[in-house]
Amino acid sequence: MSDRSSDPGGDKRRRVPQQVTRLLVLFALFGIALLAARHYLVPATFGQMGHYRAAAIPQNAAQPVKYAGREACADCHQDVIELHSSGRHQFVGCETCHGPAAAHAANPTEVKPRVPRERDFCPRCHGYDPSRPTGFAQIEPASHNPGQPCVTCHMPHAPAPPTLPASCGACHGEIARTKAASRHATVPCTRCHEASEQHKQAPRANPPTKPTTREFCGQCHARAAGASSGVRGPESGVKSPEAGGATPDTGHRTPDIAIPQIDMSRHGQRFLCWQCHYPHSPEVR
Amino acid sequence: MTGYIYPNEIELQWGLLIVLYPYITGLVAGAFILASLERVFNVREVQPTYRLALLTALAFLLVAPLPLLAHLGHPERSFEIFLTPNVRSAMAMFGFVYAWYLMVVLLLEIWFDYRHDLIKWSARETGFMRFVHRVMTLGADDVSPRALRFDNAAGRIITIVGIPSAFLLHGYVGFIFGSVKANPWWSSVLIPVVFLFSAIVSGIAAVLLIYVTSCAVRHQPVDEACMGKLASFLFYALTVDFSLEMLDFIHRLYTAEESIKILSALVTSRLFISLVVMQVLLGTMIPLVTLALTSPAFERRAIVKIPAALRRRIFVVAALLVEVGIFSTRWNVVIGGQLFSKSLRGLTVYKLQMYGLEGLWVSVALMLLPLAILLVLMRILPPWTDAATAAHRESQTGAVITPC
Amino acid sequence: MEERKDEAPGSRLQAPESRLQAPGSGPQAPNQEARSPKPEDTGVDRREFLQKCGVAAALAWVVRVATAEAEQRADYKAAEHLYGMVVDPAKCIGCGRCMEACKAENDVPADPGMCRTWVERYILTTDGQTIVQSLDERGPNKPAVDETRILRTFFVPKLCNQCAKAPCVQVCPVGATFTTPDGVVLVDKDYCIGCRYCIQACPYGARYLDPRTRTADKCTFCYHRITKGLVPACVEVCPAGARIFGELKDRNSPLARYLRFSMLQVLKPHLNTEPKVYYANLDGEVR
Repeated sequence: MSDRSSDPGGDKRRRVPQQVTRLLVLFALFGIALLAARHYLVPATFGQMGHYRAAAIPQNAAQPVKYAGREACADCHQDVIELHSSGRHQFVGCETCHGPAAAHAANPTEVKPRVPRERDFCPRCHGYDPSRPTGFAQIEPASHNPGQPCVTCHMPHAPAPPTLPASCGACHGEIARTKAASRHATVPCTRCHEASEQHKQAPRANPPTKPTTREFCGQCHARAAGASSGVRGPESGVKSPEAGGATPDTGHRTPDIAIPQIDMSRHGQRFLCWQCHYPHSPEVR
Repeated sequence: MTGYIYPNEIELQWGLLIVLYPYITGLVAGAFILASLERVFNVREVQPTYRLALLTALAFLLVAPLPLLAHLGHPERSFEIFLTPNVRSAMAMFGFVYAWYLMVVLLLEIWFDYRHDLIKWSARETGFMRFVHRVMTLGADDVSPRALRFDNAAGRIITIVGIPSAFLLHGYVGFIFGSVKANPWWSSVLIPVVFLFSAIVSGIAAVLLIYVTSCAVRHQPVDEACMGKLASFLFYALTVDFSLEMLDFIHRLYTAEESIKILSALVTSRLFISLVVMQVLLGTMIPLVTLALTSPAFERRAIVKIPAALRRRIFVVAALLVEVGIFSTRWNVVIGGQLFSKSLRGLTVYKLQMYGLEGLWVSVALMLLPLAILLVLMRILPPWTDAATAAHRESQTGAVITPC
Repeated sequence: MEERKDEAPGSRLQAPESRLQAPGSGPQAPNQEARSPKPEDTGVDRREFLQKCGVAAALAWVVRVATAEAEQRADYKAAEHLYGMVVDPAKCIGCGRCMEACKAENDVPADPGMCRTWVERYILTTDGQTIVQSLDERGPNKPAVDETRILRTFFVPKLCNQCAKAPCVQVCPVGATFTTPDGVVLVDKDYCIGCRYCIQACPYGARYLDPRTRTADKCTFCYHRITKGLVPACVEVCPAGARIFGELKDRNSPLARYLRFSMLQVLKPHLNTEPKVYYANLDGEVR
């Protein structure tokens, strides 16, 4: 600390005022104390790498590891790994379900990881939740084989279901539910999307088709020039439920629902239909 | 809790203890600036409060670190701030501003001002007090005219240096909050200035209250001119403080940045009582109006005629309201800044505990402690040596004291 | 006072580079001869205080040496690495495994108000509201609104952004939080004084005070794992691949594809903290 009192403001005598000398002694002692404290109390590694105690880095790095990492499992469980790596769960790590296993890897016979077989375990990921990305396999736990453990039908390491899902809504739950409450409820998914059987086995490798032209929607919604607007049924292109229609169309329609029809040459000509109308919930109001 | 807060925000990090800390340092800065009015700007009327203001500042400054130490997770490591300070951290640098202010400004100023008295007192006293006063002279017992002139000049220079130091002291506390860009309630260029002026306001009000109280205890009449001047300065400072706060308020409303929605919800719900009622209405508007009505300017123009006794009581009430208002200001800044989420989507609540280090009773004790210290200081370094006080001390210690 | 376990203070304490005194011999020397403070000064007993500090510092030194021995980082060169992460909310299924794994791996208190990483659920409703909820890893997690009111909804994992210009590092008064040469912001639990300034300064709510150590705590990118070639626990267990960890400077890292092809954003870019956690496909409503 600098000592401001050493400027007496104009007194030019040779002797330094007594007050100044006493104060200087006091401040000097304080300064020595501070320097001694710095010398003895600042940790040895402080400042070596930056304004911190360098020894803190190895200290942080020395924390024990609890999750071994999936590479560690391969050392002993090669058979499971082989099965697992070609199934639907191939990108799911072992410890995601089996919990931290570093202790097991260190002591395989005495420490065993958990093996979750309870029915409420799998819905943590696979129970229906509207915020989950569409296309992620989801089931409604209350109605999907209630009471039965999941492992009854699904082998967790290769969890392909024993039978392929009948409806698109098994994986595309949010879309199915949205559509079911919309004007397109009775339009089966396959009316607009062609999906091969392979899609159910390898969804991303065999994506379904999507309409690409305005005329596609026009199949139902175009008002032919000169024709009066009337009720038109979706008789063309109806697929049977077995082929994957989400809501089988039995031909029954409430008489007073009219399919809206528009003049295709005038209506939103610069756009594709789905740029404004969400096909799964095409309500305009 | 309403809306959404990040999971880690459920617990408020800085509680009542951290509200106390800017309040106390504010009193320090304000009291010192009041003292400097007499020393540097030669405002003669407030001379009776000069030494009292210095002792008040010292008493509060000594207590100021205590709420911080009580709040730290590891107070035993607090010395690290002085040994390995991070020069980019406002909190670390404030440790040095505090140390500078305590040792180089306040203690030196008090020492230079009292040195002559200490020598005189120790020459006539006996026993413990004599020892204490002798030690405090640090052995510098030169009372030649040259030495006394040096004392005076040194005191003056230290006060001149001390004014920006006092500004720095509490402005820095404001900067500790104002520099946190993560918090839109705190992050503002104006916060250090608002803090400083509210500190001045609280300091002047505190000295006014302590002066009136000590006059009552000593059965001495209050110096009316002094009181009037204190009230004037309180009024000026309060006007500036209020203008700055209004400027901040208007700026926020006008620019209406993203945080305005949650901050408006904060003020109208969580902070309504402490901000609108206590800080603005009770703590600023009412004192402003009453001080304006009792000001000498109005007196001269005979707009309002108020008897002297009532005037004094009005000043005291105004000062009390101001203290409540400034405390609310600190509360609104510290606690208010943590009552809304940094996601700007929700509000939470502060659960004030009664017991424990972070509890109400400890804070009450910490606010009373400076007054206790002040009593001790006034014993060891009496601010006034008028005849009555001298007689009182004679009867107590057996020493003979001549009034200065 | 100190809750650290005392390793047997053997010859390590006399190692040449130590500038600390062994416990018990405390720093009595110069200070005791210093002029005694004025009676009205500080309320803290300086001698006892400094003794405790000497003991604390010595203990810290012992712990450092002891734990450094246990670590096989002999050939790890921090300067060769710069760690970063990409989070893809479009993939997140909100299962909460990351939260569970982080708490298990890093011994984080079970309190839901203390998270090193968490997942937020965003629901944008058809009437223009945005509702956010935090997941509880113990479940269940139900959406706050009825499905028919949902316009758009997704999960967003959050964690410490390991900022290159970290405000928490800037404000720490004692240098207890710092950025390592490999880009990870760590907390020195033996040096932190628990002032909580860093927690206030973090714009992302990533920090909390660990009540057991009374020091600040936060996500460390599982530093103890990544320096051994593993990935952080949350990345390890994420079943959906929503968290991608890797080297920012390495063209062959799993991050590289995202860095090349995705529109990457960071949280709160206007604060200029330069986070090293990037978000692909980030919705504008996310704060």
